[in-house]
Amino acid sequence: MRSILFQDKTIFWMGLCFLSLAIAALFLPNWIVNNVMFGLARGLAVLGLMLLWRTGLVSFGHALYFGIGAYGVALLEKYTGTTDIFLRLICAVIVSAIVGYLLGFILRGYRAIFFAMLSLAFSMVMYGILVKMEVLGSTDGFSVSRTTFFGWVPESKYALLLSLIIVCMASAAFVQVYLKSSLGQLSTAIKDNEIRVEYLGYSVARAVHVKYVISAIMAGLGGGLIAMALGQVDPDSMVNWTVSGELVFITIMSGAGSVVAPFIGGVVFAFLSTYASEFMPHAWQLVIGATLLGIIFFLPGGIWSLIEKLWKRGERHHG
Amino acid sequence: MDNSPILRVTDLHKSFSGIVAASNLNVDVAEGEIVGVIGANGAGKTVFINMITGYLKPSSGKIEFAGKDITGIEPRNATHMGVCRSFQVSQVFMTMSVLENMLIALSVSKDRGFSILQAYDRPELIAECEQIMARYNLSEFRDLEVSTLSQGVRKLLDIAMAIVSEPKVLLLDEPTSGVSSEDKFPIMDVVIGDLKKSGTSVLFVEHDMEIVERYVDRVLAFYQGEIICDAPPAEALKDPKVIEYVVGSDHDPKKPARKSTKKTARKPAKKSSGVRRA
Repeated sequence: MRSILFQDKTIFWMGLCFLSLAIAALFLPNWIVNNVMFGLARGLAVLGLMLLWRTGLVSFGHALYFGIGAYGVALLEKYTGTTDIFLRLICAVIVSAIVGYLLGFILRGYRAIFFAMLSLAFSMVMYGILVKMEVLGSTDGFSVSRTTFFGWVPESKYALLLSLIIVCMASAAFVQVYLKSSLGQLSTAIKDNEIRVEYLGYSVARAVHVKYVISAIMAGLGGGLIAMALGQVDPDSMVNWTVSGELVFITIMSGAGSVVAPFIGGVVFAFLSTYASEFMPHAWQLVIGATLLGIIFFLPGGIWSLIEKLWKRGERHHG
Repeated sequence: MDNSPILRVTDLHKSFSGIVAASNLNVDVAEGEIVGVIGANGAGKTVFINMITGYLKPSSGKIEFAGKDITGIEPRNATHMGVCRSFQVSQVFMTMSVLENMLIALSVSKDRGFSILQAYDRPELIAECEQIMARYNLSEFRDLEVSTLSQGVRKLLDIAMAIVSEPKVLLLDEPTSGVSSEDKFPIMDVVIGDLKKSGTSVLFVEHDMEIVERYVDRVLAFYQGEIICDAPPAEALKDPKVIEYVVGSDHDPKKPARKSTKKTARKPAKKSSGVRRA
């Protein structure tokens, strides 16, 4: 496992990109940094969705875990006063993992549209609970205080961005190592032929369950971090089905070719929606929809397939 | 050859909503024995294989492997115990290369518990896969996507994937179906030769009587879910019931047995839909 970590070129290049981003962020204006943060946080959830997508599963309810991570952070502060980033992240991971583990027992038995709709149903139940329960903030949600780092309260958002970059890097490296493992390789195998996987001696249900829990943790981490970046949690911007739709949209836009793709897709989506709202405030959905159509028709492998093409062309050009 | 049965099937019965697909099946298979399973379509051969490998749960009866009761076992647990199978329609990973198929099969069979998080393309696994691929004449297709390969190559790959865990009993469901006539014997030479070397017991479903005569130690002939003959091939293929219900009186060993009874059936064979009321 360690050897994959150090030998894998994707992890090396990804590290270099994230490092460049961390340095560039020192000189970038706030609005860009904010968009990058929102994009990367969504990218974490999309990384989880990508893992399921590679197994042939689409979750239309991953906002459930996005919300659970976010509300985990908010409720931890409300009831314990904890604002430390590490405790907040641990809380987001634990609650999303527990819920993912429990729901995984039900979802692992379903495929295709049933899996998609059942996951959506669970997220809508969660949405309903959050909207109706005053103790959970109802429709207004909660505000989230500024994140602290071992008691230090940074003045700018740079420390949070840096933490976000580190979490994204670590998550992507983890998923990359996982995908290269025997269990990770079963993703494509399950998508291809479940019967053969069973007869090779591995439980397909267990493999799907493991992937679902990892996917839930990734979305929970993304939700927790976006709550810290926004300073606010509420059902509509965290758990509503439109958020799940956005995550699926970014997954299609990103492509499943690399663990880096979800973060690129997340950031592109953040800028796309910002500009669309800015220049077409009454028709921003039109821009988003047209983009999705364009991706499906002209770039079915997502943004990553375009990057791959350009990369290969560059390699050929340089002999 | 050790004569104690590695596989014992006792009074096995399977019915679907009152329709009998297999009944009163009693079979002992010795270690290293090659058994041919013959019968017209729907005679219950695949149901028999499916029950042994856990794809179907028997309605009653008992299946023992090396003295342990494995009746109704999950397919993956059958594999763990040493009972593996290939399929009539090759069950391989179509979008992957031959090497990737083999690597997944080998890594899943070797990596248990947390070791399943190790890299699946470790040099030692690749080397082992290459050895198996060489034995099964798959080396030249190593990096080709399976969907681009012929039925014969897919069949070999299917079988090669089933043997990576070194099973004690291997069940092959029509290993030469869909394979061109010139490829059948080379494939069976490779497969049976390798399995004989490893001492694996084999049960294979086959319609081609020439293959049955050439490769098996024993024949199980099925008709309407029952075994109508259990004997060495020379004896079984002369058995009046086998001639009547399975191979036909005009049987020429160079020709395959009747694939379907619908067109060629004479009076008794018309009943050979493979199912009957309980």
